[in-house]
Amino acid sequence: MGGQHFLPLTQLERQEMLGAMGAKSVADLFQDIPGEILLQGPLALPPTLSETEVFQHLSSLAAKNKNTREYVSFLGAGVYDHFIPSVIRHIIGRTEFYTAYTPYQAEVSQGVLQSIFEYQTLICQLTGMEVTNASLYDGATALVEGAVMACGITRRSRVLLSRAVNPFYRQVLQSYFNGRSYKVEEIPLQSGKTDPDQLQHSLSEETAALIVQTPNFFGLLEDLQGVADLLHEQGGLLLVVADPLSLPIFKTPAEYDADIVVGEGQALGSPSSFGGPLLGFLATREKYLRKLPGRIVGETVDINGKRGFVLTLQTREQHIRRERATSNICTNQALNALAAAVYLVTLGPQGLREVAGLCLQKAAYAREKINSLAGYAEAFPGTYFKEFPVCIPGEAPALNKKLLQSRIIGGLDLSKFYPELQNTMLLCVTEKRTCAEIDLLVQELEAWR
Amino acid sequence: MHWHFPEDLKYTGKHEWVKMTDQNGKKTVLIGITDYAQDKLGKIVFVELPETGREVKPGESLAVIESVKAVSDVFSPVAGSVLEVNEGLFDTPELLNEDPYAAGWIVRLAIADEAEYAGLMSVSEYLTFVRQAEEEV
Amino acid sequence: MKKGKALIFEMGHAGRRGYSLPPLDVPPKPLAELLPQELARQLPLEIPELSEGEIVRHYTNLSRSNFAVDLGFYPLGSCTMKYNPKINEEAAGLPGFAFLHPCQDGSTVQGALELIHRTEECLKEITGMARFTFQPVAGAHGEITGLLVIQAYHRARGEDRRRVLVPDSAHGTNPATAAMAGCEVVQIPSDARGMVDLAALQKAVDEHTAALMLTNPNTLGLFEEDILEISRLVHAAGGLLYYDGANLNAIMGYARPGDMGFDVVHLNLHKTFSAPHGGGGPGSGPLGVREELAPFLPLPVVEANENGYYLDYERPLSIGKVHSFYGNFAVIVKAYTYIRMLGADGLKQVSTDAVINANYLMSRLKQTYHLPYDRLCKHEFVLSAVKQKKKGAAAADVAKALLDYGMHPPTVYFPLIVEEALMVEPTETESKETLDQFIAAMEEIDRRIGENLTEITRAPHSTPVGRLDEVKAARQPRVRWSREKDREKD
Repeated sequence: MGGQHFLPLTQLERQEMLGAMGAKSVADLFQDIPGEILLQGPLALPPTLSETEVFQHLSSLAAKNKNTREYVSFLGAGVYDHFIPSVIRHIIGRTEFYTAYTPYQAEVSQGVLQSIFEYQTLICQLTGMEVTNASLYDGATALVEGAVMACGITRRSRVLLSRAVNPFYRQVLQSYFNGRSYKVEEIPLQSGKTDPDQLQHSLSEETAALIVQTPNFFGLLEDLQGVADLLHEQGGLLLVVADPLSLPIFKTPAEYDADIVVGEGQALGSPSSFGGPLLGFLATREKYLRKLPGRIVGETVDINGKRGFVLTLQTREQHIRRERATSNICTNQALNALAAAVYLVTLGPQGLREVAGLCLQKAAYAREKINSLAGYAEAFPGTYFKEFPVCIPGEAPALNKKLLQSRIIGGLDLSKFYPELQNTMLLCVTEKRTCAEIDLLVQELEAWR
Repeated sequence: MHWHFPEDLKYTGKHEWVKMTDQNGKKTVLIGITDYAQDKLGKIVFVELPETGREVKPGESLAVIESVKAVSDVFSPVAGSVLEVNEGLFDTPELLNEDPYAAGWIVRLAIADEAEYAGLMSVSEYLTFVRQAEEEV
Repeated sequence: MKKGKALIFEMGHAGRRGYSLPPLDVPPKPLAELLPQELARQLPLEIPELSEGEIVRHYTNLSRSNFAVDLGFYPLGSCTMKYNPKINEEAAGLPGFAFLHPCQDGSTVQGALELIHRTEECLKEITGMARFTFQPVAGAHGEITGLLVIQAYHRARGEDRRRVLVPDSAHGTNPATAAMAGCEVVQIPSDARGMVDLAALQKAVDEHTAALMLTNPNTLGLFEEDILEISRLVHAAGGLLYYDGANLNAIMGYARPGDMGFDVVHLNLHKTFSAPHGGGGPGSGPLGVREELAPFLPLPVVEANENGYYLDYERPLSIGKVHSFYGNFAVIVKAYTYIRMLGADGLKQVSTDAVINANYLMSRLKQTYHLPYDRLCKHEFVLSAVKQKKKGAAAADVAKALLDYGMHPPTVYFPLIVEEALMVEPTETESKETLDQFIAAMEEIDRRIGENLTEITRAPHSTPVGRLDEVKAARQPRVRWSREKDREKD
């Protein structure tokens, strides 16, 4: 039998315990399961493995993958290959953090609670917003929660959604909204950005919120000056999807007078892990604090007047308000939130500006070099952060196949999400990419055309 | 019973008190929760109040009272429109615990039908009602 | 106010740094050219500046004020706080798993897709379901995905069913999820046995019933003995049966939700399959369905053909996506590692031992604490502190007193149908000595309530902080740090 080293009861103890409770055999303990459904034979599962064997098996599966440590990656699209300081792995690897449950018993959970309180403060600092929660599943579901929140606050059911928002997020929002009476109206693109005329045209007194992303899915900065005023005049809210690592240098959603800010925090210290776990964040104005979904940590004092932290405003949540809760969410991504907090303080204000600045410079260098290649062209003009779309002389999958031979993981094939953008690839350059790696990419692109 | 129930008020089965007042010749009612209700709810931390001008029917949720781990509705005992809410409760919800019959009033309604007020419980009826509720527990 | 542990914002010094970054090795451009002034951040960025060592010390000290499974007994009902095998962490940390981008070409992630496929095969066998999606990253996320699938299924059959039945003993996520999916919630009472009241259920099911959401064993730790009749009733009305897998740890290898008649099942890999809880996440809440519902599962699912594994997006009836990518892959790796180490016999032994431990504790503790539903339990049971409450100590006080014994308390005040509830789930990874210590602690607390009540009602006494004022936290919410001088303005 496998896994015995996880099961402390000995055969003798089992007998002893059964005796103590007046049962004759183990079968007595399962007599409440109707005979028709009581399994007769063993489950047909693959053979049991020892620790050595299981690690070999898992290692061989892992070895079938081409990972971004051994290959040079230019993929972004919401999940990024940023530098992860070594301290993060060691801190989140503290067993007191990762083998703890939700901090419901605050007196023995100050470690998790204080770290989340610090995380909440850091997210407020980064976004410029006043309040946030203890985190959500990922950027996509954070967007859904933000949209639902906006509908709740405005008591309206129609959201305007820019087509330049991450298509994965848009798909998730649509799936959630299909179940209920909320409606999504898409604002089309104009030269890679949210079409301002269409926006004006679609905006009405029925609009709960406008959802825009900046830098948008193409890496372009949206022009959000005055947009919040337009919405507020009609009683709607501005919901901005933000890249947290653009915020140290780019204008924050708060400076655009946004009402709700959501985003993906994986870039803050979590590995890409084939897309999960990720880290959703949602920040807003103080006046909407009680409309926030999910857990929130608050400061208080103990019986002796000493500062401490607790989960607070729990009446918003499902375990108390049940069907009238602000959301059904019960967990958060606490360990990833901890990683994000450690990341932010490890880099500090200067380091964060440097990371953003390095991305900006290196991506600009790559963009200029690639756009100047014969057969390649800039897809849209504008101000970019770390990602950019390029028109390529052929189909993206064919190019990526070629790049793999040089141990390069190329960009995202945009035609899959935007049929109007055939032969267009979305590339991402983070601070980790060296000049030599970029030059190699450029060289390979040139050779392919 | 250690709870206090003033003689001059009317009461409801949802543990609200109602007080008829004359405001510039117009009949209005003040509504709050009873001493019994605040004791059962425990320390109150937040009150959600209606917008003034809102028309309510009897039995409709008028306000929401939150303690740390519970949420309860305050139901309108009569039909009417919201004239005034106790804004002091936003910052000091503990008024509901400390002074439920005076500083802890919740809303003032313009009452549509005075007969509805007359039909509410008297203090002695409410006392019997509370006693029964306690015995069931 | 007395100071507690320093916050990171109260530490550090301007000019200190905790990082080293790669150099700018491309020819730099003037910043204004890349970042026009009108797009630049003007807000100050007030994040502390510390050296690496200070940061490590801060968080290591924080960790020391936190309880965890690796430190002691954690009988938190409904949460399955079992030991988390260390090999899981090593497996998930392999660079071939941790450093994969979700948009990589399928040919470069064959091992990851194979792992998802193999895990799916295992979960299908354990639950008796036909297909799984791994996109949901938590139990509640599985629930909303499940209800969206159920709605799509009904719609495809030309029916608009919007009523979701939920027992009064259900997890709060069940009614909250139903509301989030735009459904109306109908509560079904429990009967004197603590099980679904069949007569009430019969009355409630009709042509509007979308589904009944059920946990089995239920939140009282009792196996719903009428499950086949429940299934018949719901299906006869055209509704579906949803299985909340929070309590699967009780029945692995003994019974399968699929055989009980469930159409949709979510599991909690962070409970039953030993992935750590991480202080509240990340988890994983894969959703399994019967064959007829498989076309509605989220996009994409992992399929295999002669060329290997691939992500299948050609699913026209799918509800779409519920997560940016494929769910919490790292958690799936841990669950798969666990399943392979336990195997069929091992998983059955897990449930056997979980049930032995729970019944053993129940038979001993009911002598001191009231046991409202005194019958065979599965992996957990619910006590009531009503006797202790009469003496002046509520369930919450018993819970806080346990903290001084170095043990985590049971879940308190849930399920809602039990007054002063204490919900105990020991799990299979606890030894008899630990269980006996817990019994002794619970008995001693009961004695101490009679001897020195205020010592119990003011507990805990030995924790990093004393009992915390939740009322203050909720009345004057302070959910981010600010400087003392700014605070005075508030």
